[in-house]
Amino acid sequence: MIPGAFDYHSPRTLDEALSLLQKHAGEAKILAGGQSLIPAMRFRLAMPPILVDINRLDDLRYVEERGDHLAIGAMTREHALEDSQVVRSSYPLLHDTARVIADPLVRNQATVGGNIAHADPANDHPATMLAYHATVIAKGPSGERKIPIDDFFTGLFENAMKEDEILTEIRIPKPGANSGGAYTKLERKVGDYAISAAAVQLRLDGGTIAEARIGLTNVSAVPMRARAAEAELLGKSVSDAVIEAAGKAAAGECDPSPDLRGTIEYKRDMTRVMVKRSIHKAIARAKGGN
Amino acid sequence: MSNHEITLTINGETVTRTVEARTLLVHFIREDLSLTGTHIGCDTTSCGACTVLVDGKPVKSCTMFAVQAEGADIETIESLAAGGSLHPLQEGFWEKHGLQCGYCTPGMIMSAKGFLAEHPNPTEDEIRHGISGNLCRCTGYNKIVEAIQYAAEKLQSAEAGGE
Ligand SMILES: Cc1cc2nc3c(=O)[nH]c(=O)nc-3n(C[C@H](O)[C@H](O)[C@H](O)COP(=O)(O)OP(=O)(O)OC[C@H]3O[C@@H](n4cnc5c(N)ncnc54)[C@H](O)[C@@H]3O)c2cc1C
Ligand code: FES
Ligand code: FES
Repeated sequence: MIPGAFDYHSPRTLDEALSLLQKHAGEAKILAGGQSLIPAMRFRLAMPPILVDINRLDDLRYVEERGDHLAIGAMTREHALEDSQVVRSSYPLLHDTARVIADPLVRNQATVGGNIAHADPANDHPATMLAYHATVIAKGPSGERKIPIDDFFTGLFENAMKEDEILTEIRIPKPGANSGGAYTKLERKVGDYAISAAAVQLRLDGGTIAEARIGLTNVSAVPMRARAAEAELLGKSVSDAVIEAAGKAAAGECDPSPDLRGTIEYKRDMTRVMVKRSIHKAIARAKGGN
Repeated sequence: MSNHEITLTINGETVTRTVEARTLLVHFIREDLSLTGTHIGCDTTSCGACTVLVDGKPVKSCTMFAVQAEGADIETIESLAAGGSLHPLQEGFWEKHGLQCGYCTPGMIMSAKGFLAEHPNPTEDEIRHGISGNLCRCTGYNKIVEAIQYAAEKLQSAEAGGE
């Protein structure tokens, strides 16, 4: 199917992109990888009158550690994230996630910024960024804002950015010693969105779980943290019973809808299983394993 | 509605055309350039039948606008049999029976070409991961994997032989 007609702009600089957004406030939409927006336009679920294509903003493509965090430029393709050496060695939760997003062809186009800005609870990065306690950098006409990830997702396909702002960077705090993370996703087939998936990032202090954050994918209308599950872990010493309790808490606090991917009961139970598997793997990694 | 003049390279040839902004790259390739080797298999960015290389990377040409390809270097299945002799991938699909109906084949081959450029000596697992964006309803994939292994070996030995 062919999308509705629109005016197309392809700015060469961020300032040019920002002034286009300001000039066409309420009408212009950003085109990043297009792997969510173009399918929506083909079904005429989205009919933006103006597209501002930010693919020529090469300055927004980077993945590197700076000071106390990993900085990811918004236009970094998933493929680059999957291939990044620093991600592979120091951010296993992110590496797990990048590998299971869509399929390799989509990953050659899809961007990290677009994945987060889209605020789709079915997307995988929101849960991962919630678990990492990431910060989103948004640039607008009046400068730059830092938005904590916990405040970023405000509704289904809705985020805390203003219409004239561009997401330019995602910052992930460098995990400290004895930290580990993992992403576990249940999908019907490669390239599909999750039936359920869990992102876990935690830190051990001896045998005790000193910090833990858990994000869930596709089991709520808005990307969510499993706070009750986190509470089951905090301050506890690692045991199968504690991990099972966290899994059960996540199953209880999530809010999935029934669809082709399964019933509510099934998705809750799979959430329990995904959370448990991610915790086990995160703990093993925090202890130095793979 | 906006029209744009774009100039790009397709299969080594530079072309300039005027396109409507909403024209998808796959429609531009098939209808404006009459290169119908690139297929359309779905409406949902799911199948990969439309795969072409854009600046060397395999992407779904149904999920990119033609206007975005301004200045790009595009390769389609028509570029492969240069001078009338089959590309090692085409030969592999022939020798190993990598196709049945053939609908997925152009996309599968372009995807494999992009993949082999980055992984010249792949394991079977890497091949399966690499082509996982391309659906085939006929073969069950085993023969496709063998075809790509065949091509990888042939390309490697051509390289070793300094051809
Ligand atoms: C077949 C298929 C399967 C998929 N499976 C998965 C999956 O399993 N997991 C997953 O996570 N995703 C999946 N996706 C979605 C894919 O990862 C998308 O690419 C991603 O959701 C959006 O990124 P994009 O760069 O393509 O953004 P676009 O589609 O270009 O944009 C999406 C939205 O975000 C806005 N936007 C984009 N960039 C910015 C920015 N820098 N600042 C402000 N707003 C911006 C756009 O205006 C638009 O509203 C799948 C897609 C397809 C086609
Ligand atoms: S036609 Fe199916 S992915 Fe492009
Ligand atoms: S050969 Fe028929 S779809 Fe692949």
